[in-house]
Amino acid sequence: MWNKRKEEEYPPKSTATPAATGGPIKENAPMSTNPTPSHHATESRGPAVIGKSVMIKGQIFSREDLTIDGEIDGSVELHEHRLTVGPNGKLQAGVKAREVVVLGTIHGNVEASDKIDIRKDAKLVGDIKTARIVIEDGAYFKGSIDIARPEAPRASAPSQSKQQQVSSAAGANNSTPVTAAVGESR
Amino acid sequence: MLKDRLRIEPSSASLHSPNNRKSGAGQPLNRASNGLDQFFSSLQDQESLSILDFSGASQANISFITSMGHRIYSNDALRTLEEAFGTGGDFITNQSDPERAGLFLRENLEFPDRTFDGALIWDTLQFLAPPLLQDTVDRLYRILRPQSSLLAFFHADEKAQTAPLFSYRIVESKVMSLTPRNQERPVQYFNNRSLEKLFQKFNSVKFFLTRDHLREVIVRR
Repeated sequence: MWNKRKEEEYPPKSTATPAATGGPIKENAPMSTNPTPSHHATESRGPAVIGKSVMIKGQIFSREDLTIDGEIDGSVELHEHRLTVGPNGKLQAGVKAREVVVLGTIHGNVEASDKIDIRKDAKLVGDIKTARIVIEDGAYFKGSIDIARPEAPRASAPSQSKQQQVSSAAGANNSTPVTAAVGESR
Repeated sequence: MLKDRLRIEPSSASLHSPNNRKSGAGQPLNRASNGLDQFFSSLQDQESLSILDFSGASQANISFITSMGHRIYSNDALRTLEEAFGTGGDFITNQSDPERAGLFLRENLEFPDRTFDGALIWDTLQFLAPPLLQDTVDRLYRILRPQSSLLAFFHADEKAQTAPLFSYRIVESKVMSLTPRNQERPVQYFNNRSLEKLFQKFNSVKFFLTRDHLREVIVRR
């Protein structure tokens, strides 16, 4: 009976992550990211997690959101995705991502094309380049902050980007619609 | 000599504002600042400047300075001061230790020459003992570009035994918010002449003495 209840608690995760089907999912255990997951599997699984007992030396590239609660020495790149450094996370690394949320420690330069969020008790030593920044009281930061103004074409909505590509392929002047899209999107 | 001009021993009495008489953290207090106003006036009509801020990471300062189109370099100098020299009775003695002094300078002022177009030093300098103080001012001179401005505060109440350490937050170009952090004994008190002597390498020194016994100083490189 006890086992039955346990199985009922985790059915979506055991089916969604084939790598973790060998046993019950343990809290804080590192979760490997399957290199060829289906689109639906990625959505239901949530962000990939590097657990607090994991230490990695080298480069990390990710095409999905990533949470790091372990130690990384090297570099982390998630160009279009969100990186969360958990409270136990310690990065000695350069970071590039769309959005970075820091609850732990980063020693290294951070480039976030959209936003960086440094929470209370987080520590960041390094230079930041981002479009927006939020720093909670109690966070420690040492370094420079460069606010990069987002470029007009990047701010346009995905459907509008497609339209823009079509119109530019047709040789049309696309400057006017893109400017309009900036006003609408944010 | 600089030392001769300075009175090393502050005597007893009150702090600067009735709101700040209690030690430790307290409620933020907003106050107008002519020094801050002058500092930001000197940056007007310019963009993409580099500003050094010693008040530590704060959303207010970062937002204010970056919204003007400038780059901010943020560091909590008071925290580094405490880390390098401690907070106990040896705070002043420890400043003559070359290793500790070197650590303080490396942590706060290790930049290439002429890196910054402005520096918000707040009240850090008054807690430095003479040899380290002069080294710090010399480094500030080096890392600031010609024509740039530096804003520093010095408590002017000679009777006070301790002075409050504040977190300084920019509210607007003429107004700042002061959140008390702690009490510390200033190493020395400065009058206008001693400040002129301290910043003698710089181009000009301008003073604003406020009603709450704070000497606001704008120094032009």
